[in-house]
Amino acid sequence: MMSMKKGYFGEFGGQFVPETLMTALGELEREYKRLKKDKDFQRKLAYYLREYVGRPTPLYFAERLSRKMGAKIYLKREDLCHTGAHKINNTLGQILLARRMGKQRIIAETGAGQHGVAVATAAAMFGLLCEVYMGEEDIRRQGLNVFRMKLLGTKVIPVSSGSKTLKDACNEAIRDWVTNVRTTYYLIGSVVGPHPYPMIVRDFQSLIGKEAKRQILKAEKRLPDYLIACIGGGSNSIGLFHPFFNHREVKFIGVEAGGLGIKTGKHAATLYQGEVGILHGSKSYLLQDKDGQVKIAHSLAPGLDYPGVGPEHSYYKRIGRCKYFSVTDKEALKAFEMLSQTEGIIPALESAHALAYLQKIDFNKDEIVIVCLSGRGDKDMNIISKIKNQKPKI
Amino acid sequence: MQKNRIDRKFAELKKKNKKAFIAFITAGDPNLEITKQLILRLPAAGVDILELGAPFSDPLADGLTIQRASERALSQGVSLTKILDLLKRMKNEVRVPLVLLSYYNPIYKLGIKKFAKLASDAEVAGLIIPDLPLEESKELKKEMNKQGIDIIFLIAPTSTEKRIKAICKQSQGFIYYVSRTGITGVRKEMPKDIKENVHKIKDFSSKPVVVGFGISNPGQISRIKNMNVDGVVVGSAIVNVIEKNLRNKDLVREVEKFIFHLGHGHLGGV
Repeated sequence: MMSMKKGYFGEFGGQFVPETLMTALGELEREYKRLKKDKDFQRKLAYYLREYVGRPTPLYFAERLSRKMGAKIYLKREDLCHTGAHKINNTLGQILLARRMGKQRIIAETGAGQHGVAVATAAAMFGLLCEVYMGEEDIRRQGLNVFRMKLLGTKVIPVSSGSKTLKDACNEAIRDWVTNVRTTYYLIGSVVGPHPYPMIVRDFQSLIGKEAKRQILKAEKRLPDYLIACIGGGSNSIGLFHPFFNHREVKFIGVEAGGLGIKTGKHAATLYQGEVGILHGSKSYLLQDKDGQVKIAHSLAPGLDYPGVGPEHSYYKRIGRCKYFSVTDKEALKAFEMLSQTEGIIPALESAHALAYLQKIDFNKDEIVIVCLSGRGDKDMNIISKIKNQKPKI
Repeated sequence: MQKNRIDRKFAELKKKNKKAFIAFITAGDPNLEITKQLILRLPAAGVDILELGAPFSDPLADGLTIQRASERALSQGVSLTKILDLLKRMKNEVRVPLVLLSYYNPIYKLGIKKFAKLASDAEVAGLIIPDLPLEESKELKKEMNKQGIDIIFLIAPTSTEKRIKAICKQSQGFIYYVSRTGITGVRKEMPKDIKENVHKIKDFSSKPVVVGFGISNPGQISRIKNMNVDGVVVGSAIVNVIEKNLRNKDLVREVEKFIFHLGHGHLGGV
């Protein structure tokens, strides 16, 4: 990759935070760079990823889905990770980092609750105090994950400001961090926030793409034609894409949440519809109004319901490395059911967005596609049953 | 447009052996007409420099009080351009240096050059951006300085000596020492390391140092006064008074009374 200004991906990224946090960000960057080269640390992380998370996750050839779509569709099964989504890849890495830095208290933000559960899990495993900020609207939508976090010994702090979703949970986590920066580690769950977070989270998630590359070469003896992943903040997608960056023949497709439809204004298609701005510590595309006020995003999938996006994605968009599209709530729901009934896999609503885009591509039958199945759909049963107007029979 | 208005204000106060009383209000809280009255009337109540906060949807350095003020202003449709427009219209009546406080995104969205021009037309004397550290500020500083507007940087209790030195060098008008790690808001207790940290800053710079964040009562102000600082900033405590008097037609009078009470006898007389 071309050389860039420190902490930037092209013109995107940076450190737009209060002065109080600057020293902590510097410490984090130094410690991370040291640990990246530390064999003992890497061995430990690899051990936990294998024995605790269950990696490598399979790259599953979805036969019936392939027939339906007219291409060879492989699913990268992050839904099979411990805790049910790719989020644990990052939280384990960062918890080990926090421990090395001597931090006893962990805070995090969560939208769908998948990151929250993954943080709570890693914190429980290492006996660290953990508090997770979550918007009231998300608490309502993702009750099961709130319950899981509590069971894991984490305190879930409801956030009632603004849209009461992920954006506001981020604000509140940053306010906590500014206040308790000396003792507290802020464990960001996506490739967002000030440098070095987007880099750290991307590195920890990159094993998705590294494994997928090895697996597809073994199965097909060649690289795939398409990589498709959903984008909220963008961590599962960057994790899948990044190791393929220099293989220009592999096309990247990022699928954002189109919500009720782009025209309605109720969506979370930040890269597709946003303009460059500054939120939560970095410069990136942003859904904002003419006065620079951040708009409220909308998506049925709480993990995509965010008006910002990781700066590296903004860079991929700017240089044309990845194409970004959106699918609506409705299309995602259809894909959700379609995968459930075609392959016996219930995907997370977030991942269903990536699957929905399959129907929009006119494939040649020999083309190879990898879709990142970033999480499983158990957490979404309440949302789905409400839409179907029937109670889940437990 | 006059340059160095903040420098001149501090020089003038020094001559009188006084410290600067800096008040913060959110512009447009509860509406721009009240803001206008406050700008006109607060100097006589003892305000030496007035900080005007531009509302932002995601004020992540602010506590609940200023978050709510921001929401009240946004619900009135107040924006950076509307604030600057008001200031431009009333510039001949303003008696104290005005410092604009805004998060970076509204400025970035407007365009840095355009913002600098509008702020200059509005006779803004200085600018504070809580989420723009020194490292990211180069372009903005260049444009603001072309228009004769000071950029004021913050130093935090967590700032390293290296950072303190760099910030001292770059900050204009004054240096804003954030009294605690945390967000804005009224606090009862005062951090113990203020004196020591202000001392450290004074070692590197002869620029005025003011202390803010969490300062809300005459007792705290008088203690800070004894710490070799050049001024104090009071924000949330004043915004609380506004919030309590939202439906009171004497709102401005109540704020005046509160500020007089804060400043009287504690800053060398007002």
